[in-house]
Amino acid sequence: MRGGQGAVRAPVLQFTNCRILRGRALLWEDLWVRGGRILDPEKLFFEERRVADEQRDCGGCILAPGFIDVQINGGFGVDFSQATEGVGSGVALVARRILSHGVTSFCPTLVTSPPEVYHKVLPQIPVKSGGPHGAGVLGVHLEGPFISREKRGAHPEAHLRSFEANAFHDVLDTYGSLDNVRIVTLAPELGRSHEVIQALTARGICVSLVADLQAAEEAVQSGATFITHLFNAMLPFHHRDPGIVGLLTSDRLPRGRHIFYGMIADGMHTNPAALRIAHRAHPQGLVLVTDAVPALGLGNGRHTLGQQEVEVDGLTAYVAGTQTLSGSIAPMDVCVRHFLQATAGCSVESALEAASLHPAQLLGLEKRKGTLDFGADAGQGPTQGGPGQPEDAGVLGVPGQTSWCSMTPSMSGPPTSQASWCGRRRRPGSDRGPWLERTPSPSWTLSGLGRRGAGLRGASGSPAPGGQP
Amino acid sequence: MKLIILDHYSQASEWAAKYIRNRIIQFNPGPDKYFTLGLPTGSTPLGCYKKLIEYYKNGDLSFKYVKTFNMDEYVGLPRDHPESYHSFMWNNFFKHIDIHPENTHILDGNAADLQAECDAFEEKIKAAGGIELFVGGIGPDGHIAFNEPGSSLVSRTRVKTLAMDTILANARFFDGDLAKVPTMALTVGVGTVMDAREVMILITGAHKAFALYKAIEEGVNHMWTVSAFQQHPCTVFVCDEDATLELKVKTVKYFKGLMLVHNKLVDPLYSIKEKETEKSQSSKKPYSD
Repeated sequence: MRGGQGAVRAPVLQFTNCRILRGRALLWEDLWVRGGRILDPEKLFFEERRVADEQRDCGGCILAPGFIDVQINGGFGVDFSQATEGVGSGVALVARRILSHGVTSFCPTLVTSPPEVYHKVLPQIPVKSGGPHGAGVLGVHLEGPFISREKRGAHPEAHLRSFEANAFHDVLDTYGSLDNVRIVTLAPELGRSHEVIQALTARGICVSLVADLQAAEEAVQSGATFITHLFNAMLPFHHRDPGIVGLLTSDRLPRGRHIFYGMIADGMHTNPAALRIAHRAHPQGLVLVTDAVPALGLGNGRHTLGQQEVEVDGLTAYVAGTQTLSGSIAPMDVCVRHFLQATAGCSVESALEAASLHPAQLLGLEKRKGTLDFGADAGQGPTQGGPGQPEDAGVLGVPGQTSWCSMTPSMSGPPTSQASWCGRRRRPGSDRGPWLERTPSPSWTLSGLGRRGAGLRGASGSPAPGGQP
Repeated sequence: MKLIILDHYSQASEWAAKYIRNRIIQFNPGPDKYFTLGLPTGSTPLGCYKKLIEYYKNGDLSFKYVKTFNMDEYVGLPRDHPESYHSFMWNNFFKHIDIHPENTHILDGNAADLQAECDAFEEKIKAAGGIELFVGGIGPDGHIAFNEPGSSLVSRTRVKTLAMDTILANARFFDGDLAKVPTMALTVGVGTVMDAREVMILITGAHKAFALYKAIEEGVNHMWTVSAFQQHPCTVFVCDEDATLELKVKTVKYFKGLMLVHNKLVDPLYSIKEKETEKSQSSKKPYSD
């Protein structure tokens, strides 16, 4: 219990008339908060003999743990991989803006860059608690440069490296300090990867993979726990060579451990059928990520981001004047919503857990974050009309530390009959999959997106997915 | 004795809840005059608790000036164990209503000195001015609270070893594992409940029928401790049809015939929303034979 005496004297807040995600189920229960932690009301009643100091009616909303985004490259014009002096304020800006998407903790992600960039940028992104000022920084996710040439996807070839020579020392030389690092994505088929994986895991750093199946299985034995954006930038599943996708149901993992895998459920990067297959094969491991690029959160139209001209149209961002996608820009709440619709059989609870509990488990934080269990972080709880929230959305914003955001009851309604998927014919040559072309915005995107700080907006004012609020 | 017979469990629960509601509202409790209520646990009163919660949520009833005293608690079971009576009361009643924690009293089965805990409980009841209405259930062996067959009919709050029947009946709450079921409990005595100004016993289900028969149609007997209430001036037994299966047809017909009169106890149903008319009802006394 933090604060000792001070925490005990702190006011007790009771959130009523809500459904909370607890123990894998949505229950009609009140949520009690004190001193930034979720409180056990039974203990309060019988031991301290106290009642709530303040009650707030949540109007029937769902309270869910705050989302945790473990892969986000930037947003709102900010690029985490850019080595500028203002990295700290860029991170703070993104942290503040993603609150309205329901994200209360995140791992700023750096793509493959030269060592100078890491040396300059990493010290400027310290681990930081969240609050009303913004989502918490759990640590940096370093995606690269130790990935294989063949499967580098969009990562610049010139800066790829290997650690065959000096294993962990190469890693330290490249990154500088690992103090602020939380996740490292690497390719285990590179030589001496096992030493590196073990050294990283020993420091509490989560190791994520892009690889083929056998190398991946061995890497998991050494301590790797995550697959970075399943299906994207990796060899496709083949029935005689399942590739890393086979890890989802591997029988060679250490007993009692299972693998987590990130998925970008923005409706663009993964076909819903693939999403469903992965989910059904291994539901407890699914972690929703945005893998968002700096164009996230910018309105429709043309924007200049660094050296690139990007055109944003609804949920897609293209290299200006082309049909090439320039990365994902779907906010986390949209991903959760889309995931719920695409996997029509999955429950609201599963969808919410994929964005909160599972990333917390991946990072070993599930006692404090990603859940609404007693003792978990709660900040000040959900409030009406938080920063960037329109009052009419029927949604409670989350200016707290990690705890929750809430969804309108329509989240639990049946999916609409209109297909949320508008995949079309194959489009060769692009590494993100065959269905990328300019499609009319699926019915569930939101006329809301495009407005700044779109957030959990889907249900208000647009053809609502899953029923009217 | 008033024997209230309703057709089904849900109706019996509702009748009992309405009765409690009317009693509390007619008592007109306030900051210097609390309504003291004795409460049971188990599956029988669940329906009654649900209705009381409903009345609170509708704004018709408040527990702000109600003090509660539970009948019993297991010894040695952690307070937050899902099967402890503290957990039961919290989950099924207290957390849904506006009662203040300091007005609730449940015996502490983990106290260092169990008998001292029992004596203190008796003192608390005395300090609260005695119990206005004690609501209880009945076991298949005719026990009230944990006053197992053979308990003194003038007993006070004390530690009791549970009968094998009770342990077997409770096993279903402990994964069917007899080793996990507590073997001792703290319980109010028969005498303690007899001291209440009014007693209401809820009895539903065919498995309680024989116990009800023994309790009201046979003599006062310490083997069927509920029979002690034959000597209480103001007792109400609320049952469903199934619980009367072992009674004489004559008894059942007689009391069913009285339902017209007994229903006046719950109709009109009072509500705190009509506070002004309440004040003028204070002279109305409940029907008594």
